[in-house]
Amino acid sequence: MNRGVVLLVNMSLDVTQVLLSAQSADGATRKLAEESLKQFQEQNLPGFLFSLSSELANEEKPEESRRLAGLILKNALDAKEQHRKSELFQRWLALDANVKAQIKALLLQTLSSPVATARSTSSQVIAKVAGIEIPQKQWPELIGSLLSNIHQVQPNVKQATLETLGYLCEEVSPEAVDQDQVNKILTAVVQGMNASEGNSDVRLAATRALYNALGFAQVNFSNDMERDYIMRVVCEATQSPEVKIRQAAFECLVAISSTYYDKLATYMQDIFNITAKAVRGDEESVALQAIEFWSSICDEEIDILDEYSSEFTADSDVPCYYFIKQALPALVPMLLETLLKQEEDQDLDEGAWNLAMAGGTCLGLVARTVGDDIVPLVMPFVEENITKPDWRHREAATYAFGSILEGPSADKLAPLINVALNFMLSALVNDPSNHVKDTTAWTLGRIFEFLHGSALETAPIITSENCQQILTVLLQSMKDVPNVAEKACGALYFLAQGYVDAGSASPLAPFFQDIVQSLLFVTHREDAGESRLRTAAYETLNEVVRCSIEETGPIVMQLVPVIMMELHQTLEAGKLSTDEREKRSELQGLLCGCLQVIIQKLGGMESTKYSFLQYADQMMELFLRVFACRNATVHEEAMLAIGALAYAAGPNFSKYMAQFYQYLEMGLQNFEEYQVCAITVGVVGDLCRALEDKILPFCDGIMTQLLKDLSSNQLHRSVKPPIFSCFGDIALAIGENFEKYLIYAMPMLQSAADLSAHAASADDELLDYTNQLRNGILEAYSGILQGFKSSPKTQLLMPYAPHILHFLDALYNGKDMDDTVMKTAIGVLGDLADTLGVHAGPSISQSISSKKFLEECLASDDPLIKESADWARIAISRAVSG
Amino acid sequence: MAPPHRPYKRPAISDQQRRRDLALQAQSSRRADAQARARSLANSLLSPSSAETAEGDSERDHEPTVTDVATAASKLRGSDARRWFARHIMLPEWMADAPPHLASDWHVFARPAGKRCLVVSCNGMTISRVRNGSILHRFPSALPNGSKRDISGPASSYSILDCIFHEPDETYYIIDMICWRGYSLYDCTAEFRFFWVNSKLMETTAGDPPSTYHRYRFSVVPIYECTLEGLEAAYSGSTPYMKDGLLFYNKHVHYQAGITPLALVWKDEACSQYIIDTDSKGQVPSEQHVVLELQEDGKLATSDDPPVVFGSLDNEFIQKSNLRPGNLLRFAFRDERVKLVDGKMEISELQFVGRPNRARAFADSHSKALFQYAARHAPLRIEDLVASIQSNHMEVKSTDVEMQG
Repeated sequence: MNRGVVLLVNMSLDVTQVLLSAQSADGATRKLAEESLKQFQEQNLPGFLFSLSSELANEEKPEESRRLAGLILKNALDAKEQHRKSELFQRWLALDANVKAQIKALLLQTLSSPVATARSTSSQVIAKVAGIEIPQKQWPELIGSLLSNIHQVQPNVKQATLETLGYLCEEVSPEAVDQDQVNKILTAVVQGMNASEGNSDVRLAATRALYNALGFAQVNFSNDMERDYIMRVVCEATQSPEVKIRQAAFECLVAISSTYYDKLATYMQDIFNITAKAVRGDEESVALQAIEFWSSICDEEIDILDEYSSEFTADSDVPCYYFIKQALPALVPMLLETLLKQEEDQDLDEGAWNLAMAGGTCLGLVARTVGDDIVPLVMPFVEENITKPDWRHREAATYAFGSILEGPSADKLAPLINVALNFMLSALVNDPSNHVKDTTAWTLGRIFEFLHGSALETAPIITSENCQQILTVLLQSMKDVPNVAEKACGALYFLAQGYVDAGSASPLAPFFQDIVQSLLFVTHREDAGESRLRTAAYETLNEVVRCSIEETGPIVMQLVPVIMMELHQTLEAGKLSTDEREKRSELQGLLCGCLQVIIQKLGGMESTKYSFLQYADQMMELFLRVFACRNATVHEEAMLAIGALAYAAGPNFSKYMAQFYQYLEMGLQNFEEYQVCAITVGVVGDLCRALEDKILPFCDGIMTQLLKDLSSNQLHRSVKPPIFSCFGDIALAIGENFEKYLIYAMPMLQSAADLSAHAASADDELLDYTNQLRNGILEAYSGILQGFKSSPKTQLLMPYAPHILHFLDALYNGKDMDDTVMKTAIGVLGDLADTLGVHAGPSISQSISSKKFLEECLASDDPLIKESADWARIAISRAVSG
Repeated sequence: MAPPHRPYKRPAISDQQRRRDLALQAQSSRRADAQARARSLANSLLSPSSAETAEGDSERDHEPTVTDVATAASKLRGSDARRWFARHIMLPEWMADAPPHLASDWHVFARPAGKRCLVVSCNGMTISRVRNGSILHRFPSALPNGSKRDISGPASSYSILDCIFHEPDETYYIIDMICWRGYSLYDCTAEFRFFWVNSKLMETTAGDPPSTYHRYRFSVVPIYECTLEGLEAAYSGSTPYMKDGLLFYNKHVHYQAGITPLALVWKDEACSQYIIDTDSKGQVPSEQHVVLELQEDGKLATSDDPPVVFGSLDNEFIQKSNLRPGNLLRFAFRDERVKLVDGKMEISELQFVGRPNRARAFADSHSKALFQYAARHAPLRIEDLVASIQSNHMEVKSTDVEMQG
C-alpha cells in the first residue's frame, strides 16, 4: 500500500493532465496519454484505481478529467464478453481490502458532488462494484448508506442516490438482496416518484430507478395494497408536466405489462384511458411507449395462447385474461387513427420509427391475438379510405389490411382477398404514390405468405388464370424505385414458396426463365444498393431455385456459370476502400449463398447431378479464393456452400481436401465469430458423410481443434452440442480408426454427460440447451458404437459401457428430456447391445433403461421413438440371449 | 431510453438464417440416415428370421468380433452358418515370391501337419471347429473356463485359439491366439500374439498330458525370426510333429479374417508331403487342377475377396449339370493355357472335372493356383528364400511395412 501511495503521489499531478490529454483532438497526444494510462494500470493496479477514484471525487479537478476517470474505472470493473468479465470480477475481488474500502468511500462521497456528471458517473461505478460485491456478501452497508442519503435535503444528492439505486438494481440479481432491503429500496424509490416530490430531477431519477427495480418487486406486487400504491404512483407519473417523466412512467408500465401481466386486471380500464390520451395527444416519444404497452400485452397473450393450444396445465401456467379481446372495440379505432400519421419518406429511412409504424405493428399483433374478431373492426376503415384522393388515406387503408392478414382464419380472409387482389395489383402499377405502392407490394407479399400454398384448405386464391397477371405485375414492379422493387421481390419470394409442393403443376414453371432473368436484372441495377434491393433479389432468386421443379433444372444449370462469373469478378477487383470492401463482402456473401442453394438443387436431382459436378473444380477454386478475403459472413456462406458441394460430390470431394483443410481448421478456430465455427462443425459432418474413410488423414487435425473448442470457455456454448454430434459423424466415417481419439473424447463425453444428466433447472431456456447437449452426447455415443461395430476392436469400448448405461438411466430418472433426446437415447441403448453384444448383456439387463425406459419408448406415439425402441429391443434380446 | 423499435415490413427470418437452418436440418437428417444405415446393416444380422442365413450373406463386409466368433463356435448350425464361421480364420496366401525384409519383418515356423481349427473355451466347455465350420471335438480342457472343474472369473469369458490338430500325437498345436480370458487380441500384432501364446499357456496346465478334465494336450510351436538361422531352424530343425511346409507371419499383422498377403505359406518336398495337389484317388494328376466357385452370372471364381475370375460356364451346361451358384467345381487346365499377366494368372480353357470332396467349404485362392502352377514348373526353392534374406542384409533398412489391417 505504501508503495502504491508513493507512486500515487508521484503521479497525482500527472493524472489530471493525462486524462485530459486522452481526450485531446490531437491523435498523437491522445495515443501517448492512453499509453501512459495503460502503463500505470499494468504497473500498479491498486494505485491506478485509487488515483482514478480520487480524481473523480476531487471537486477541484476539471469536469472532463473526472468524467473520464470514472469511465475508465467503470470499464476496469465490467466487460461485455463473459470471459473477460469474470477476469475483471476476480481481479477486483483480489484487491487489497483497504484500497477497495478507500475507493468505495470516495465513490459514495462523489454522490454529493455539485457537478452532475461526476455524480452520475459515480452512480454507475458504484453499481458496478455492487454487482461484483453484493453477490459475494461484501459491502453489506452500501444499501443502508445510500438509503440514509435519501433523507438529505439537497436534491442533487437525492437524485444521485436514486439513480444509483436504479443502476444497482440493474447490476445485481434480485436473489442477492434481502426482502427487507428490497422493501426499503422500493419505498424510497416510489416516494421519490410521488407527485409530492417537488424536484422534477429527483422525480425523474426515481421513475427511472423504478424501471430497474421492478424485477425486485415480486413480493410487493403480490401484496394488493403495495401493488395498488405502486400502480397509482406510476399512473400519476404518466400525467406529470415533464415529458421525460411521462415517458419514463410509460416505460415502467411496459415493463410491468410483461413482468406482472397476471396482476393487471383491476388497472386495465385506467391504463387504457391514459394510453389512449397519450397516443392521441402526447408527444411522440410518450405516445410510442403508450402503443408499446399494448404491443407488449399482445406478446404476452400470444405466448399464453400458444401454450394453451399445445398443452395447458392449469396449475403451472399464467391464465389468459383476454385483455386485448376486451379492449378491442376501443383499441382498434385508436390504432387505426395512428396509421394516418405517416411521415413523407419513412420508407426510405432505415431507422425510421414513428406513430404510424408502431400503430400498424401493434394492429398486426392484435390480429394475431384475437384472430377473426378484428376483421369487421378494420374492414370499414379499409373500404372507406382505400380510394380517397389523399395518399395518406390510401396508404393507411392498405397498411391496415396488410397488418391483419396473419391471425384471422383463411375462411374469413379469402373472400376479402378475392375482392382486393385485383385492386392491389392495379394500385401497384398505377398509384401515383411510392409510399402506397410500397405498402401494396408488402401487402401482396403478406397475402402470399399467409394465404397461399398447398397447406391451406380453402380454395386457392391464386389460380392458373390470375397467376400470370400477378407475375407480370410483380416483374414490372421490380423495375420500380428501389423500395417498391424490394417489396415486389419479397412478394415473389412468398409466391414461389407457396408452390414448393406443387411439382410439375406449378404455374410458375412456364415463366421460370423470365423470373430468373428479371431477378438477375434487379441485382445489376445501379441503385440495387438502396433499400436492401440487391439482397432481396438474391434471396428471392434463392427461394425460386429452391422451389423449382425437375423440368426447369436446365435453366438453373445455366445460372451456374453466371453466378460463378459474378463471384470471379468480385475477386478481381483492385485496391478497395474500406467501404468498397464491405460492399464487396456483402455481395460475395450473397453469391456464395446463391451458389449453395443451386448446389443443393442440382446436386439433389439425378437428372442434373452429373453434369453439374463438371463445375465442381472451378467452383471450389472460387470458394478457396473467397476464404482469402477476411470476413465472417462470407466465410460462413462459403463454408455452407462447400458443405453442400461435398455432399453432392461424395468421395470425389477428397481431391479438394488438401487445399481446403487449412480453411476448415481456421473455421474451427474461430471462437469470436462463433457462427462461423458452428457452421464449420456442421460441414465437418457433411465431409464425414461424403468422404467416409477418406477423411481419415485429416482427422488428427480436426479432432484436435474440436477438443480445443470443447475445452474453451470463450466459445459460445451453442456450438458445443454440435461438436459432440460431430464426434459421432467422424467415428461413423472412420470406424475403428477412431480408437486413438477414445482416450480424449470419452472423458469429455463422460463429464459432459454427468453435468447434463443432473442439470435440473426450472429455466426453460437452460433446459432446452441441456437437451441439445444431451442429444449431442448421445449422437456421439451412437456414432462411436456403430463405428466400432464390425470391427475387431469393439472390446475397447467395454470399459465405457457402464457409464453410458448410467447416463441413460439418469436421463430416464430425470424425466426432463425432450422427444429428440428420448429417441436418440433409446437408440444408443440398441447400439450398445448391438456392438458389444453378449459382453454388455448382463449390465444391459440390469439397467432401468432396458426395462422401464424401453417399455415406455415402445409404447410411444412418436413413430421415431418407437422405431428406435424396436431396434433397441431386437439388439438387446440378441445380446442378452447371445 | 430509445423507443422500442419493432421489425417493420420485414420477414422475421433472414434468408441467410433460413439457409443456415436448412443446412442444419439437412445435416441432421443425413446423420440420421447414416445412423440408420449402420443399424440396418447390423439389424440384418440380428433379426431372428434371418439369423441363420444373413450372416452368410453379409460376411464379406462384416469383420468378425470375438463375440461373433465365440457365438458362432457354440451356437451355429447349418451349412451356411458353418461357412460364416469358417470365414473368420486368418488364411495365408501361398508364397509366389519372397517378400522383402524377411529377416527384419517376418516370423517363420514349421506348420504342423493336420487340421486347421479354431478352439473356443468357455462356460466349462471346449469346442474345436475345422475350417469348414464343422465340429472336430467337444471336450474338457485346461484352457481357461475350458472344463467344469476349472472355472475362474466370469464363466462366459472366452478364450479362442487358432490351432492345428495333429492326429499322430493327438495334440493341438497353437499357431495363433485371438482371445484370452475375454481379452481380445484381434488388434494386436502377430509379434505380440506369439509372445502372449507362450506366456499365457504357461499360466495354465493346458500343456500337460491328457487327463479326465483335459482330453487333449495343447502345445506351442517354436517360432523364429526369419533370419538365415531362423529359417534354417524352422526348415531343418526337428519338431515333435510332422511338418507341412513353413508359415511366414509379418510381425505387424493384426489378426484379420480371410486371406491376407501378410501371412504366407510355402512348401517344398523336403518339408511337406503334400506339395502338389492330388486327385480324389490320391494321384498327382497330369494336368493342374483348380477348385472354383460358380457365381450367379455363371463366372467361375476363386475364394479371394474380391474373387478372381478364371472362366465361365454357359447356361445350358449349368442347367444340364444341375449346378447352382455357390457350387464348388473342380477343373483341369493345360499348362499352355496359362498366361501370367502382372503376377495374375489367366486361364483360357478350363475343363470341367467334377465336384470336389464334399468336406470342402471353399474354392482355391488365386495364390494357391499360382503356387501350384509354379510348383509344377519353376518352384520357389529354399535357396531362393535364403538368397532373398541375404540380399535383404545388404539393403539399407528402408521403409516401414504398409499395414493393411
